[in-house]
Amino acid sequence: MKIAIPVDEQNLESSVCPSFGRAPYFLFYNTDTKESYYLDNSAVASQGGAGIRAAQVVADHGVKALLTPRCGENAEEVLRKSEVQIYKSIPGTVQQNIDAFAAEQLILLSDFHPGFHGHEK
Amino acid sequence: MKSKGVKIAILSGKGGTGKTLVSVNLASIAEKSVYIDCDVEEPNGHLFFKPENVREKTISVKTPVISESLCNGCRKCVDFCKFNALAFIKNKPYVFEEVCHSCGGCMLLCPEKAIGEQEKPIGKVQEGVSGNVSVHTGIMNTGEASGIPIIKSLLNESILDKEIPVFVDCPPGSACIVMESIKDADYCILVAEPTVFGVHNLNMVYDLVRLFNKPHGVVLNKCLDGENPVETFCTENSIPILGRIPFDNELGSLNSDAKIAARESNRFRALFASLLETVMKEVRHETTVNPQR
Repeated sequence: MKIAIPVDEQNLESSVCPSFGRAPYFLFYNTDTKESYYLDNSAVASQGGAGIRAAQVVADHGVKALLTPRCGENAEEVLRKSEVQIYKSIPGTVQQNIDAFAAEQLILLSDFHPGFHGHEK
Repeated sequence: MKSKGVKIAILSGKGGTGKTLVSVNLASIAEKSVYIDCDVEEPNGHLFFKPENVREKTISVKTPVISESLCNGCRKCVDFCKFNALAFIKNKPYVFEEVCHSCGGCMLLCPEKAIGEQEKPIGKVQEGVSGNVSVHTGIMNTGEASGIPIIKSLLNESILDKEIPVFVDCPPGSACIVMESIKDADYCILVAEPTVFGVHNLNMVYDLVRLFNKPHGVVLNKCLDGENPVETFCTENSIPILGRIPFDNELGSLNSDAKIAARESNRFRALFASLLETVMKEVRHETTVNPQR
């Protein structure tokens, strides 16, 4: 299964980025083949709709599960309609989150925040 | 020469300096006038005027509607949208209305002509009468991104073609919404209070009116005895001071009760009449010296 994680740096020891839409990079990881690649988040500099754009990229890459600490309402809508499951990431490294996901220890994210609209909260 | 049908914008770099106080009282003192409240996020002028025979018009913007039968899923619209208002879900575009900026680009671009438009209300304009003043108010719905379509509608009303002065009460600050409000103004009155903040924020609107090449002058509000940093700023930059409004208990009380000082008290009627005369003199001077404006 292909999963995606917003990351601060392009390695498995990186922390998970606290923001989904404004994360600098996304990690794409195949849990079957263990293959991975990183992508610059083109939405990071968007004036608005970054979450929508980021969710679009995730959906376009055929991801089935997103691991993220938080997610906005608009991104959630794109992901849900694209049948991407959203799991709540745990504190720790990207590798720890991949392992926790494989061990079915992650729960689905249920709390989605409204857009920041340019205001950092 | 235009001497009566002039458009005078009243603006300030920050809220609470007295834009509405000045606008409402100048409009009231004129023989006959139009008052336009462009501060669509928090319009207050109508609270003073309490206009009668109010008519209302809804203001809408257009958002795209995608025809499922015509759309072939080429994705051009989604890739084009710079506001990320379109997502591509299961090979069909999906519109996020609240993110859409109503630019209309997707509709123009669609090779299949599969994108139409629908009206999305963002607010309203009201028009009523208060004695000698025709009162126009823009009201934006809470949560909307931009009040500019409301301001465009306010400043396009046919009453503005008549030979009576128009007082445009602007939103605070110096951003897009203020630029839209002063775009067609013949003269700009900058209202400032005598504080360090007053100077800082006056400087912002001073830059703006110079950028727009608008003749302008300053009204000093809340004046106390002693040094006024705004007055110093005006002197240093050779900005005409049109008048001074005192920091006055009676004026404060009238204003807090949403009463129009120029209608309630002889003292303030005289003060605002004198201010209006000075403003009109400046406007006439500007239209003579720079008739191209």
